[in-house]
Amino acid sequence: MQNVYLAIVLAPLIGAIIAGLFGVSRRVAHTVTIAGVGIAFLLSLFAFKEVVFGGHTFNQTVYTWLVSSGIRFEIGFMVDSLTVMMMVVVTFVSWMVHIYTIGYMHDDPGYQRFFSYISLFTFAMLMLVMSNNFLQLFFGWEAVGLVSYLLIGFWFTKDTAVYANLKAFLVNRVGDFGFLLGIAMVLMYTNSLNYNEVFAHVDKIKDMTVQILPNTEWSLMTVMCILLFIGAMGKSAQVPLHVWLPDSMEGPTPISALIHAATMVTAGIFMVARMSPLFELSETALSFVLVIGAITALFMGFLGIVQNDIKRVVAYSTLSQLGYMTVALGASAYTAGIFHLMTHAFFKALLFLGAGSVIIAMHHEQDIRKMGGLRKYLPITYWTGLIGSLALIGFPGFAGFFSKDAIIEAVHHAHELGRAGSGFAYYAVLSGVFITALYSFRMFFLVFHGKERMDEHTKHHLHEPPAVVTFPLIMLAIPSLLIGAVAIEPMLFGDFFKNVIFIEHAHNAFHAEHWHGIVGMITDSFAHPPVWLALSGVAVAYYLYLINPALPESIKQRFSAVHSILVNKYGFDQFNEWFFAGGARGVGGLLWKVGDVKVIDGVMVNGSAQAVHWVALIMRHVQTGLLYHYAFAMIIGLALLLGVFVIL
Amino acid sequence: MFADLPLLSLLIWLPILGGFWVLAVGRNDNSASVARAVALLVSIVTFVLSLPLFFAFDSSTAAMQFSEKLAWIPNFHIYYSLGVDGFSMPLIVLTSFMTILVILAGWEVIQYKVAQYMAAFLIMEGLMIGVFAALDAILFYVLWEAMLVPMFIIIGIWGGQRRVYATIKFFLYTFLGSVFMLIALLYLYSVSNSFDILAYHKQALPMNVQVWIFFAFLVAFAVKVPMWPVHTWLPDAHVEAPTGGSVILAAIMLKLGAYGFLRFSLPITPDASHALEGFMITLSLIAVVYIGFVALVQQDMKKLIAYSSISHMGFVTLGFFTTYMITAHSNPASAAMAVEGGMVQMVSHGFISGALFLCVGVLYDRMHSRQIGDYGGVANTMPRFAIFAVFFGMANSGLPGTSGFVGEFLVILSSFKANFWIAFLAATTLILGAAYTLWMVKRVIFGKIANDHVKELTDIGARETLILTILAVTVLAFGIYPAPLLDVMHTTVQHLLEHISHTKVL
Repeated sequence: MQNVYLAIVLAPLIGAIIAGLFGVSRRVAHTVTIAGVGIAFLLSLFAFKEVVFGGHTFNQTVYTWLVSSGIRFEIGFMVDSLTVMMMVVVTFVSWMVHIYTIGYMHDDPGYQRFFSYISLFTFAMLMLVMSNNFLQLFFGWEAVGLVSYLLIGFWFTKDTAVYANLKAFLVNRVGDFGFLLGIAMVLMYTNSLNYNEVFAHVDKIKDMTVQILPNTEWSLMTVMCILLFIGAMGKSAQVPLHVWLPDSMEGPTPISALIHAATMVTAGIFMVARMSPLFELSETALSFVLVIGAITALFMGFLGIVQNDIKRVVAYSTLSQLGYMTVALGASAYTAGIFHLMTHAFFKALLFLGAGSVIIAMHHEQDIRKMGGLRKYLPITYWTGLIGSLALIGFPGFAGFFSKDAIIEAVHHAHELGRAGSGFAYYAVLSGVFITALYSFRMFFLVFHGKERMDEHTKHHLHEPPAVVTFPLIMLAIPSLLIGAVAIEPMLFGDFFKNVIFIEHAHNAFHAEHWHGIVGMITDSFAHPPVWLALSGVAVAYYLYLINPALPESIKQRFSAVHSILVNKYGFDQFNEWFFAGGARGVGGLLWKVGDVKVIDGVMVNGSAQAVHWVALIMRHVQTGLLYHYAFAMIIGLALLLGVFVIL
Repeated sequence: MFADLPLLSLLIWLPILGGFWVLAVGRNDNSASVARAVALLVSIVTFVLSLPLFFAFDSSTAAMQFSEKLAWIPNFHIYYSLGVDGFSMPLIVLTSFMTILVILAGWEVIQYKVAQYMAAFLIMEGLMIGVFAALDAILFYVLWEAMLVPMFIIIGIWGGQRRVYATIKFFLYTFLGSVFMLIALLYLYSVSNSFDILAYHKQALPMNVQVWIFFAFLVAFAVKVPMWPVHTWLPDAHVEAPTGGSVILAAIMLKLGAYGFLRFSLPITPDASHALEGFMITLSLIAVVYIGFVALVQQDMKKLIAYSSISHMGFVTLGFFTTYMITAHSNPASAAMAVEGGMVQMVSHGFISGALFLCVGVLYDRMHSRQIGDYGGVANTMPRFAIFAVFFGMANSGLPGTSGFVGEFLVILSSFKANFWIAFLAATTLILGAAYTLWMVKRVIFGKIANDHVKELTDIGARETLILTILAVTVLAFGIYPAPLLDVMHTTVQHLLEHISHTKVL
């Protein structure tokens, strides 16, 4: 099997190298990369069968990266049910995005470069999810960050794009800073970076404490898990490290779908789920995770309501949904978090690609206020977009319904257990359901229904994009509709994640005896608030944007203070720009101009040269050339020496 | 077959004699092409001859290998004594490798006194290899000082506007440092009646003497590394040096200081090193953090890379001097990671900083400006160059998969065992390093075409592509598979750690 797994990761890499470095034609570039990712997808399906139905999990070293202090740093694969699920999702979405790109990037001069990057991304993401150790995890982690950097700045002449990619990389590096310290801590206390060895060792260290500040004793597991989670906060865009994700929309839309919605941003969620044997040992860390996730889920949702750029609405919705996944992790419902990760990957990729389809049709207009009534021009985009939106708001029966309900249920369970922060989290995720429905259908109605607000020229050219664009939409709409119903039983109530994700029995919200089937779950849901919250969100959006379009404007006037807070995104960007970017430049300037130039060079270096000069000036007067001066000095010196000698 | 050849002598004298050969064939610039060809030939032969050092190296022993010993001034027990271990061998191969690239980099760019330029680099190569191979203190000292002369000439003749200030500063700084080292060496001779460096390792010394000797060495080596606060000569020297000079300065010369800590300070004065570890760690962390901030605000690309070098070299000294603290908290073997991380960082920094200076050189040759503000949107006119610039920028930011990651990673992991806050401060390089490097990349490479000069830029040619490709492949290779580099040094590192764990105070 090792050769199969090697082929899965190497096929996209080879495609990326051919498309990127050999100056090939457009046709060759998209053919090799689509073939590469296609091979990876098909082999991933085979691996899925082997692991899930055959029970053949895999854990082996490919090669030893280096050995130091007796610790082997290795590159190796661990393929279990969590891994194969991620592999199938990543390669499938990536494959669809590859096909879509043929249409979307049709006129772009950087066509080959783009295909090369997205294939390289697929390679990096696969390395990340297939790793059996922290080293390779970090490799993949940084490598997806690199490709994200390259793709956000793909249109490198656009100032906003090259600002956004630097910002994305640096904010992620803040997360990686914590992540790396967390990895260092794992190594220090378990003497290994191999997952299984670390997990096996964890019992011996779980009651230890560490002293980081003098006179404070902190639980080792809490510190370790929070440090690791800081990495997840960067990659999975949790408050306050979320600021890079909305700006990442400067990149071309296909990568917003692939990287900044479906796959890369979920790496943090994946990582925490993978580390469940560690996180389960620290209630404090889990509460921290829970609260951060709840803040992200609710407050990022609010921002979606005031955005007018079609991609930014979807981006804030991604932030909010990532918050939901994080909440699930914090409630010890790792399986629910991963389940939502999977359903979200399909419907969010669908929504982004749908947004891209609208953008092509609108000649690269992204302002939803200039759209409207697109339903009749873009029927496929409309219907698939409707499926995606219903899945996102958790409409009963759609994929997102099952996963989101499971998360809310899990938070409720955590609240009953009395986990700190779960009360707030519960109300945050509940209100989030209403907010999600409101912004999703605000956008949906503004884009597809109502008055046609575009100019005549644009309207004249409106038509459905070609099949390479609509085919992926349809292919993604299918799982957005069905995957929740198919997967919920094995993933949450069955033993799909048995021996992979570890949950303390008391923490587990899902027990097989509580499972009443899909129909039961749907009918039950009407007795609980989430569904009604979602429906009322749609209703409010319908009223505000189709029945009474003047009302939103007057609400905006009435609550202009609130509106301006939301439009300014709570001021995170301004603060970061002023405090961190400006502060760092200020400190740097000060250290340079004062420390280096004035003190070290001015006083110490040139100062000592000056001192030599002054001493020389004085000494020059001593060297008069008159013999009796020298003779006098000699006598004085002799007398002094004798004096010292006699006294001592 | 290699055992019979005096390989180290060949590596020292072949480039030096080759340098004189170049001078002889290229007395005026009409015969420049001959001079270039001879210089390239000599550098390639030297590199090929250095490869057996790596491949025939016995990594199971910490003893000196490829040893040679001839009487030089027997009355004073001064010998021409050479040998390599796991510390010096990789640095010698690095030296011979980088020299080829420097010769190639000056190919068309240098049109004035070509033979002298090429000869200076070849002679310097021989002298630097000699410093790494020398096992006799006087031989070491003579070569250490002699090495300054070609560099002095390179900056002074082919340098920029303020080259006189820069050369004087460079010379006085480093010369002053080495005077103290000479005093320490003479003192050690007086107590051991030998100039054998390995004999010094075994020489028992009282604590106060060790402290004096430690500081004498520190002045010499700290200036070379350079460590804060004796670093200000480096940005000036880099800015004024021609591209090749900068490459050698960053890639090899800085390593000599760090090598000195391994060869002299730690083994000769282990107790003083232990007592002063906090001081050394503090200086190293200041280099990482303080200099990182200073690099952020530089407007001159070469200055920025020079400051980045100082910051990266902070990891080397940090790795070397956290060993005692790690040993105190954990088993002695776990300190090996710190020293090995420092060593890997030295080699890797040689490639990456060399590559970055070459990249700046590529731009400077075309626009005669090093100011970041004069550029913008270079990727539009030089797409091929942009790939390399972004790649080496990422390597400088310590991206996994490049060699820049390996050393920093190992040093951060091991310094965590010493103390959380040391690791914390060291890890800020993840943010700072990326910030100053990628901000520069953004302002120079990305964006719209900033002005007419940028509009007229021509992309890199075959020669430049070749040089940068060789470096890129090397950086990638050591990032993906660094094990061979570490394997040659394990035993030597173990030996050093074992050696310094015993007190020398009687």
